[in-house]
Amino acid sequence: MNVIEVEHLEKTYADGSDTATTALRDVSFTVRAGEFLAIMGPSGSGKSTLLHLLGLLDTPTSGQYRFDGKEVESYGRDEQAYIRNAKMGFVFQAFNLLPRTTVLENVKLPLVYSQVPEKRWDEMARHAVEAVGLGHRQQHQTSELSGGERQRVAIARALVNSPQVIFADEPTGNLDSKSGQAVMSIIQRLNQEQGRTIVLITHETATAEHAERIIRLKDGVIESDEKVVNRLHPDDNYVK
Amino acid sequence: MNFRHGLATALRALAVNRSRSLLTILGIVIGITAIILVMSIGQGAQGLILQEIQGIGSRTIAIIPGRDVNSPSAIASSFLTNSLTINDLKALQQKTNVPTLAAVTPVLTTMLPVSAGGQTYQSTIDGVAPSMQEILNIAPSQGLFFTNSDVTDISQVAVIGSKIQQNLFGNQSAIGRRIMINNHTFVVVGVIGTNGSSAFVNTDQTVFIPWSAMQDYILGIKYFHRIIVEADSVQNINRTVNDITLTLRADHNITDPSKDDFTIQTQVSLANTVGLITTALTLLLTGVTGISLVVGGVGIMNIMLVSVTERTREIGLRKAIGATDRDILMQFLLEAVLLTGIGGIIGIALGTIFSAIIAIAIAHFTSLNWQFSFPYLAAVIGIVVSAGIGLVFGIYPARQAAKKSPIEALRYE
Repeated sequence: MNVIEVEHLEKTYADGSDTATTALRDVSFTVRAGEFLAIMGPSGSGKSTLLHLLGLLDTPTSGQYRFDGKEVESYGRDEQAYIRNAKMGFVFQAFNLLPRTTVLENVKLPLVYSQVPEKRWDEMARHAVEAVGLGHRQQHQTSELSGGERQRVAIARALVNSPQVIFADEPTGNLDSKSGQAVMSIIQRLNQEQGRTIVLITHETATAEHAERIIRLKDGVIESDEKVVNRLHPDDNYVK
Repeated sequence: MNFRHGLATALRALAVNRSRSLLTILGIVIGITAIILVMSIGQGAQGLILQEIQGIGSRTIAIIPGRDVNSPSAIASSFLTNSLTINDLKALQQKTNVPTLAAVTPVLTTMLPVSAGGQTYQSTIDGVAPSMQEILNIAPSQGLFFTNSDVTDISQVAVIGSKIQQNLFGNQSAIGRRIMINNHTFVVVGVIGTNGSSAFVNTDQTVFIPWSAMQDYILGIKYFHRIIVEADSVQNINRTVNDITLTLRADHNITDPSKDDFTIQTQVSLANTVGLITTALTLLLTGVTGISLVVGGVGIMNIMLVSVTERTREIGLRKAIGATDRDILMQFLLEAVLLTGIGGIIGIALGTIFSAIIAIAIAHFTSLNWQFSFPYLAAVIGIVVSAGIGLVFGIYPARQAAKKSPIEALRYE
């Protein structure tokens, strides 16, 4: 079953002047439930725009997008917020954690906007924090953590609602290679052990090769869409 | 997001920027402090005047020339009205006209320097009849009060208060001595002991002379400033007021009650009038201080707008993980209302402390019997108004926050 089905997706930005910039042109692909997809491309290729459209953070100029079998175009702003909350998880390059707030509070944040009864929040958040190996850091302020640990908190936050898809936008972009590896291992294990669908955006081949499949974008057009042959595995060089 | 979490989120955001939050609400704090101060002092002043009115005695009725005295200027103009004369006094003294009348005296008042033996003292001069003693419940501690025949004979005699006696004669007896008022010589026949102020009359600083002498020698007029009547009992007060009204109307040939050229005040009606005047003044001052609240509100709006811009990324993140526009609106609105609400509470506390200090200072440095009173109404209004200001001036920044698109907000550097 396909979680994401995209057909002829297009996005143009009218930037005040007469010339409109086309960020994406005629993009079509599908993502299976449980698949680990990487979207690659140089900067300006439209990969971030694509992720924003897939994550319902932005609306396409034309084309169809079915998420979880339903046409997205018909959703209102509140329904989109609900889907982002209940069915999607986001990991950003800049972590985007709340300052002066504990790890557990950060991870709980999506639950605050959810229908989940409050008495389950602590347990769910603790579970997610343990899944990224930060069980011992629950009560720490995020400012006390290293970059790699912060990104793991962000992953726990993306996980906490048990979403169908996790969107990761350059999750290792702000990290050194060692903590980047650790983060990628966690993401890969989430895919392999928990069967979570993952859409990853990156410009590094080494990061993309943790995925099963890579879509390469160039100038807003899909250049290639192929399986990863020599897939990198977490246990290859995972350092805890 | 439920309300409790919204509240917790807002509180945390305010706590993170503690010093900025405090500076932001300074305008509200000062505004509410000023309102509490004005209302508390207004209540204190009102209480003071009402105490004086209590001193009038509940059996006392004042007849004032002119119509319906309900403002300070009307009280002033009543002094210039000449509708109360000797004929009225005589009519009121007729037992058949006002059977429940126990005592009656005309009153003429002025301020003049009184001198004796090279000493001068600024005094209140009251031209009255001897029955003023019963009405004010006073009696000379030395000598005697002048008599009704002194009034008839227009005698130049005077009864002086203790303070005047001290300032003019020191420790010597004043009885039989001469004092000069407006170039007329009066002989002191009595001295009233220290009494303090009551019913707006401070007998310590008053010279009582026969009203006829006051008319002829001092003021040169043929009318009274007012007539004071004492009813024989509190139960009969309304009946007495009624009888006086009918008597004076007959005397003045008035058939249309709306054309009355006199006003009758009792302790109750005077208290009401004073209450109206002080309330009006307090409201006026409160309105003026209220302007500072508007200024404070604009300050809040400014800082909230800055805060919304600063936290653009946070807003983007919250939206990305499922916050609706309404959630964001609520969050920022709650922050604004909490800010101003806390400002209001601090303002009430400061206003209460300051007005208590002022009350203590007044009681300490003056002889006024000033009572501190906590203005409950002002406190309630203060909280409601300050929270309301947060709502009004917070809605614009909160809407700006709620309208942000998640992607624009996440991209913001």
